[in-house]
Amino acid sequence: MKRFKGSGLVLIVLLILAAQAVQAAPVKITYWQYFYQSKVDLMNDLIKQFEAQNPDIKVEQVTFPYESYNQKVATSIPVGEGPDVINLYGGWLPMYVKAGYIQPLPQAQFTDSYMKASYFPFVLDAVNFGGKLYSAPTAVRSLALIWNKKLFKEAGLDPEKPPRTLDELADYARKLSKYDGQGNLIQAGLAMQPNGQGHSWLRDVLFRQFGGAPYDATGRKVAYDSAQGVAALQWYMDRIMKDKVGYPNFLTDDVTAFKAQKAAMTIDGSFRIGTFKALSDLEWGVAELPSNKGVQSNFASFWTHAIVSGVKGKQLDASVKFLKFITSPEAMEQWLARVGELPANPKIAQAHKDDPLTSVFMKGLSYAHSTIFVDEAGQRTLFVDMIDEINLKGTKVADALRQTAAKEQKLIDDFWAK
Amino acid sequence: MTLAKKRAMTAYLFLAVPLVFFIGVRFGPMLYAMLRSLTDWSLLRKTNQFIGLSNFKAVLGDPVFLKALANTLKYAIVGAPIVIALSLGIALLLNRIARARGFFRLIYILPYITPIVAVSWVWRWMYQTPPLGILNAIFSALGLPAMEFLLSPNQALYSIVAVNIWVELGYCTTVFLAGIQTIPMDCIEAARIDGASSRQILFGIVLPLLMPITLFLMIMQGIQFLRIFTPVYNMSAQAMGGPLDSTKSAALYIYQEAFTKFELGRASAASLVLFAIIMAVTLAQLKLFDKKANGEVES
Repeated sequence: MKRFKGSGLVLIVLLILAAQAVQAAPVKITYWQYFYQSKVDLMNDLIKQFEAQNPDIKVEQVTFPYESYNQKVATSIPVGEGPDVINLYGGWLPMYVKAGYIQPLPQAQFTDSYMKASYFPFVLDAVNFGGKLYSAPTAVRSLALIWNKKLFKEAGLDPEKPPRTLDELADYARKLSKYDGQGNLIQAGLAMQPNGQGHSWLRDVLFRQFGGAPYDATGRKVAYDSAQGVAALQWYMDRIMKDKVGYPNFLTDDVTAFKAQKAAMTIDGSFRIGTFKALSDLEWGVAELPSNKGVQSNFASFWTHAIVSGVKGKQLDASVKFLKFITSPEAMEQWLARVGELPANPKIAQAHKDDPLTSVFMKGLSYAHSTIFVDEAGQRTLFVDMIDEINLKGTKVADALRQTAAKEQKLIDDFWAK
Repeated sequence: MTLAKKRAMTAYLFLAVPLVFFIGVRFGPMLYAMLRSLTDWSLLRKTNQFIGLSNFKAVLGDPVFLKALANTLKYAIVGAPIVIALSLGIALLLNRIARARGFFRLIYILPYITPIVAVSWVWRWMYQTPPLGILNAIFSALGLPAMEFLLSPNQALYSIVAVNIWVELGYCTTVFLAGIQTIPMDCIEAARIDGASSRQILFGIVLPLLMPITLFLMIMQGIQFLRIFTPVYNMSAQAMGGPLDSTKSAALYIYQEAFTKFELGRASAASLVLFAIIMAVTLAQLKLFDKKANGEVES
């Protein structure tokens, strides 16, 4: 009897040990984002912090080049080989939701009141599909004018006084452009790169500043094919064709040209702060986008995180915890410090309103608009081609704009019809 | 089983391995693509259905695809003959020299063995407009106007063709050189004794005997240029085949349909159209040159 009792005790101890072992086996989840150095480094640190707080969860970060990111997503998620939590561009949400790649955020943890209290209204509009919220971002971005102070000085301009209006911008750009003996542009006064942020500057800023609008209130009807639209596009094209202060793909692209100090001004997003900060010999400043006749506008966008379809049980619980962590106030602070993107929570962003760099982008955010793309790459290409048509083929501005409007309308209609 | 049978069995066994590979990796997917080209297969759709020939109608009615096909033919019609003619010339010259032949051969084969992505990017930078590209720097030093190269819808395609010719030159030269060296010397010596000039020897003996190799290279290079993808992908801004689709090849169009728009059914249809074109061009070349090759050698 005594012997039996002993072995029973051993058995109980073993059972407890086994149960603990089962409990201790960590849940492994995978996070995907595209490769952007400062974001990848930060995420690695955030994962370490998260794992320290949640020893029962292990997170693996996997990254892909931007160019092949959606391809990877489209071939992996439908067959269940995808990640648990995924990072995607806000403009891709309609496509991801329609394709069924991502699931709505669980109501219990992401209540409407929580979301309302945590995010800018334009974010909530962009992640809402049929009344369900599909994703949560950490950071949001807006555009600004970035200028090279050294090149301003060289051109005899006050390096602390960036242009405030479009007229000034055009004037400064002319003064900052340099040409060689044969008239070739060798220093761009203003980078003109529609396949970067340029198409958004035209779409969400210039069209509005000339009194028009890119889309109607529903966002599903193209509205820039108007006299105001023509005026805006004409202004943009004049910088390339008349003033010759920059042209598409000068020095391969706008970021390269600005980094090489061969472009004196550029229009880019807050995410570029981290990139430019890394260059010690670059003296630069950030200003609000120039206004036109008192009209200010900006383009707000964001990358966001979502939970992939089919994730359930323990994986889902772990994913929710992780998603909450990477969208927490602490994560937003770190994101701002290391990537340069603004906190997606207006209250946290407000705390940084005295920081000279951040405040510029925050002011921009306060009057920003956000196009909801149905096919971000396709819609961007239409604008790139429109500008090439005018610049390289001599197509009339009004004709090119009309044709592009028709093509984009078809693209939008096709998306919602299917 | 007799020894002969056993041997045959062994041979078939070894032949079966590549056959399995071909069926699994080539013919299988091809048949699958044929079937799928008749459906509205898309990665963004959960179910897909049979839609007959709609995909073919759609791609053949797409001005971008027609433009891509026209570009593809341009790549082949301009690229293949030039690469053949140049490499034949180089091979004949290389055959004449005795010193440093290996060195020259190495020089010509180098581009071919360099990864094409690296080649494309180096050329992309060399083609840049001022103040960056080395070609334009040379033009400028000579007082010539700058060229737009890849930024111009009229020059971009030919700029890419030039790079591809430079790459393929090494391969074709090597094959031609091997061919030249198989020509029996006694043939040439006999002709020389009979008083034939170098010109007569070249056109009467060397070139006709090289006909089969020329045919082979014509077909291979034709296919190579008709399938051009990597240089276009890497040398156009954001891999779009621009400016204004002026460099977009059929292969790049197919890739974009499949992997940026995820319209796999449509991409399958487009790839079958390209397949049919390559097939037709190859058969036409075979018919045209084969007759010539056999006819001239026999006479």
